[in-house]
Amino acid sequence: MRILATYNIKGGVGKTTAAVNLGYLAARDGYRTLLWDLDPQAAATYMFRVRARVKGGGKALIQGTRTLDEAIKGTDFGELDILPGDFTYRNMDLLLDDAKKPTRRLSRLLGPLDRDYDVVILDCPPSVSLVSENVLHAAGTILVPLIPATLSVRTLDQLTDFVAGFNGTKPQVLAFFSMVDRRKRIHREIAGRLPQERPDIALATIPALAVIERMAAERAPVPAFAPRSAAARAYRDLWDEVLKRTAD
Amino acid sequence: LFPGSVLGAGDTVRDVEPGSRDYLLADHGQRSLHRVLDELTATFAVTGDRRPRSLRRTWLDTFDWRLYRAGLTLEHVTARGASELTRTGPDGLRLTAKPGQVRWPALAGVLPPGPLRDRVARVSGIRALLPVATAASQTRELRLLNEDEKTVARLVVDAASLPAPAGTALPTRLSVTEVRGYQAAARRARRTLDGVPGLTLSPMTPLDAALRAAGRQAADFSGKVDVALRPAMPARDAVATILLQQLDIVERCVDGVLRDIDTEFLHDLRVAVRRTRSALKLVGDVLPGELTLRFASEFRWLGDVTTPVRDLDVHLLSFPPMAARLVAAAPTDLDPFQAFLARRRAAERRKLNRALRSERFASVAGDWRKALLAAQDARRVPPGPRAADLSAARTRRAYGRVIKLGSAITAASPAESLHTLRKRCKELRYVLEFFASLHDPSVYRAVLGDLKRLQDCLGEFQDSQVQREEIQALAATMLAQRAAPAPALLAMGELAAQLGVRQRKARAEFAERFAGFAGGAGRRRIAALTAAAAS
Repeated sequence: MRILATYNIKGGVGKTTAAVNLGYLAARDGYRTLLWDLDPQAAATYMFRVRARVKGGGKALIQGTRTLDEAIKGTDFGELDILPGDFTYRNMDLLLDDAKKPTRRLSRLLGPLDRDYDVVILDCPPSVSLVSENVLHAAGTILVPLIPATLSVRTLDQLTDFVAGFNGTKPQVLAFFSMVDRRKRIHREIAGRLPQERPDIALATIPALAVIERMAAERAPVPAFAPRSAAARAYRDLWDEVLKRTAD
Repeated sequence: LFPGSVLGAGDTVRDVEPGSRDYLLADHGQRSLHRVLDELTATFAVTGDRRPRSLRRTWLDTFDWRLYRAGLTLEHVTARGASELTRTGPDGLRLTAKPGQVRWPALAGVLPPGPLRDRVARVSGIRALLPVATAASQTRELRLLNEDEKTVARLVVDAASLPAPAGTALPTRLSVTEVRGYQAAARRARRTLDGVPGLTLSPMTPLDAALRAAGRQAADFSGKVDVALRPAMPARDAVATILLQQLDIVERCVDGVLRDIDTEFLHDLRVAVRRTRSALKLVGDVLPGELTLRFASEFRWLGDVTTPVRDLDVHLLSFPPMAARLVAAAPTDLDPFQAFLARRRAAERRKLNRALRSERFASVAGDWRKALLAAQDARRVPPGPRAADLSAARTRRAYGRVIKLGSAITAASPAESLHTLRKRCKELRYVLEFFASLHDPSVYRAVLGDLKRLQDCLGEFQDSQVQREEIQALAATMLAQRAAPAPALLAMGELAAQLGVRQRKARAEFAERFAGFAGGAGRRRIAALTAAAAS
C-alpha cells in the first residue's frame, strides 16, 4: 500500500485539488484507492458529494471505538473511496495528544487497510500541528504543492530538514509547482528552471486554470468532467511522474 | 429522466459485497424496465446512460479453467476502442485494468502491472488466458441518486447475445450494485425490485449463461484422470473408459500444441500418453489381446516425438528462477544459452507439428477410439473380472514392486536404481488414479500424499541429473556451432553446479522419504484401500 500525502504549511496552494484529481487517476489506473480528507473544512469530501460527517466524529476514529473501515464511503468513481472529512477534526490535535505514541497514531490506524487498498492519499489541513506530523510519519511520499515563488522553495527546504530529523523510515518529499500562471514571468522562470535543478521537484506542473476552480461547482474531479482539458492532462502527467518516482 | 452520464467511458462499478444478485427481465426488457424505473423513481432520482452502449464481453480463463475452479471471473470488455479487464472473486474484490492492445490467448504477464495482474497471475500461473465465451452486449448503466445527487447504488441493464452468426439472445439481466457506505440504498432498491412483476432472480452467472447458450459447460476440461467407475462393472469396460478419457485429453490438447498457446498443452498431452502406455502395461491384459500389441508401439512413438520440445520447455521454464540464483555470473550471461534453446525449440516444434498433423497420428487416434468403443460394447464383453477386483490386484502388485525395489536401495546404490524406482512409483500412481473413483476418498488422499512426497524426491533427483547432463551436452553443441561466448559457458557451468547440489540434496533425503512411505501406517492404508475396493 502506497501512502501519499498532499501537504503544505500554507493554505490555498492546490493541496485538495491535487489529492482529489490524483486519487481519481490512481483509481482509473486500477489501483484501489482511498482518499482521507483530514481537513475539517472537508472540501475534498464536498467535491465527491459525500456528506462531511463521520459517525462518532474524529474522536471515535482516533480512539479506535470505530474502525476507519466503517466510515469509508464509495465515491461515484470506480475504485475510489473516501474517508470523509468532519468538522470535529478541528480537535484532532487534542485527541492525538491523548493517544499513545501521539505522532504515530494515524500510521497505526491505517495499518489494517493494507489488504483493501493499493494507494492511500491523505489530504492534510494547512498547518504545522500534531495532525500534520502524524501525516508526515504515516506517508511514504509527501507531495508538496508549491506556488512558483522564491519563498515557497524555502518552505520546501524547511520541510525536508524537518523530515530528515525523523527516527526510522523517512518519507520521500516530492514537490510540484501548482497554480502556475504562464502570464507571470517569475512563474515561468521558476517553474521552468527549478525542476531541472532539483530532483525533489517534479517536472510536471499544474497550471492555474479556471477549470480547476470549477471542481467545486461540478463537484467532481477535473478528468471526470473535462477529460480533454489542459488541466486534466497536467494532473495525468503529475500522476504518471508520482507513480514512476514512488515505485515500490 | 436520463440526463447524460458524467461518467467517463472507462469508469467501472465496484461491488462491495460478492455476488450481487441479478434479475432477469421478462419480454427482453422494455416493458418490465419501465415498470422498474417507475417504481424506483418514487425513492431515488435516476440518471445515467440515455441509450445503451454496445460492448463486447469476452470471458477469459486457462484451458483447464483455473480461474473458474478458483471462483474467479475475468472479463474483458471492449467498446469503441476502449478496453477494460475486470476480475471478480469470492473475496468480494473487484479489480480492473486497462490492458491496451492485447491479443488472446496470452499469458497474464502481458497485462499492465498492478493488483489485477498479480492476483490473476497467481492463479493462472504458466497457463495462457484464452477466451472461453463471448457475447455482444447492449448495456445501460443507471445511477440511483440521493438528494445531494450522490450515486448511492447502480442499476445495470444488460441485453446480451452470442456473437454472429449464432446470435442467440441471452435473457436480459438487471443487477443492482452497492456503493460502499450506502448499502441501505441498494437494499431498498432490491426490495423495490422484488415486488415488480416480470422480474425473476437469475439462477446462473452471466458467464454460465453465455456458455450454456453456446452449448458449452464450464470446467469441461481437466488434464487429470476424471472417470466415474462402478465397482461391479466389467474390468474391460472400466479400462476402456479410462483410456478413452486419456484419448480425449490427447485430442483436445493437440490444437493448443500446434498453436503453441502455452507449454502445458504439450505437458498434458504427454501425461495422457504416458498414462495410456502405463495402462496398457499394467491393466491392458483385460483388453482384446491384439490391441495392446499394436497400440503400445504407436503410443511409444507419440511419446518419443513429443520429448525434445518438452525437454526444452523444462529448461526454458526453469530459467528465471535458476538465473536469479546465479552467484558468480550475471543473469544476462545466459542470454546466448536462452537464445540457443529458443532456436532449437523452434526447430523441434516444426518436427513435432509435422508428426501431429501426420496420417499416422490421425489413424492412431481414430483407430484407438474405435477399438476402445468396441471393447466397451457390453454385448461383446466376455465375462471377466470386476473393476474393483482388477483395481485391488493391480494396486497391490504395483505397490509390492515399489516396496521391493525401494527396500533394496542403499547409500551405495547407483543412480539408476533410483530412476527405476521412480518409474515404478509412477506406475503405482497411475493405477491409483485410474481407479480413484472406486476408493474411499480420505484413504485415497492419504495414500496419494505419501506417494507424492516420495515421487517429489525421486523426481528432483532424476530431473536435476537429466537437466545437468543436457546442459553439458548443449554446451558442447553451442561450442561446436560457435554460439558459446565464455561468460555464457561459465554461467551454464554455474547452472550445472546448482543442479548438482539439488540432486545431492534429494539423494540425502531419499531414505527418510522412502521409510515414510513404506512404513506401517502407509502399508495399512494401502491394505485398507485394496480391501475396500475388492469387497
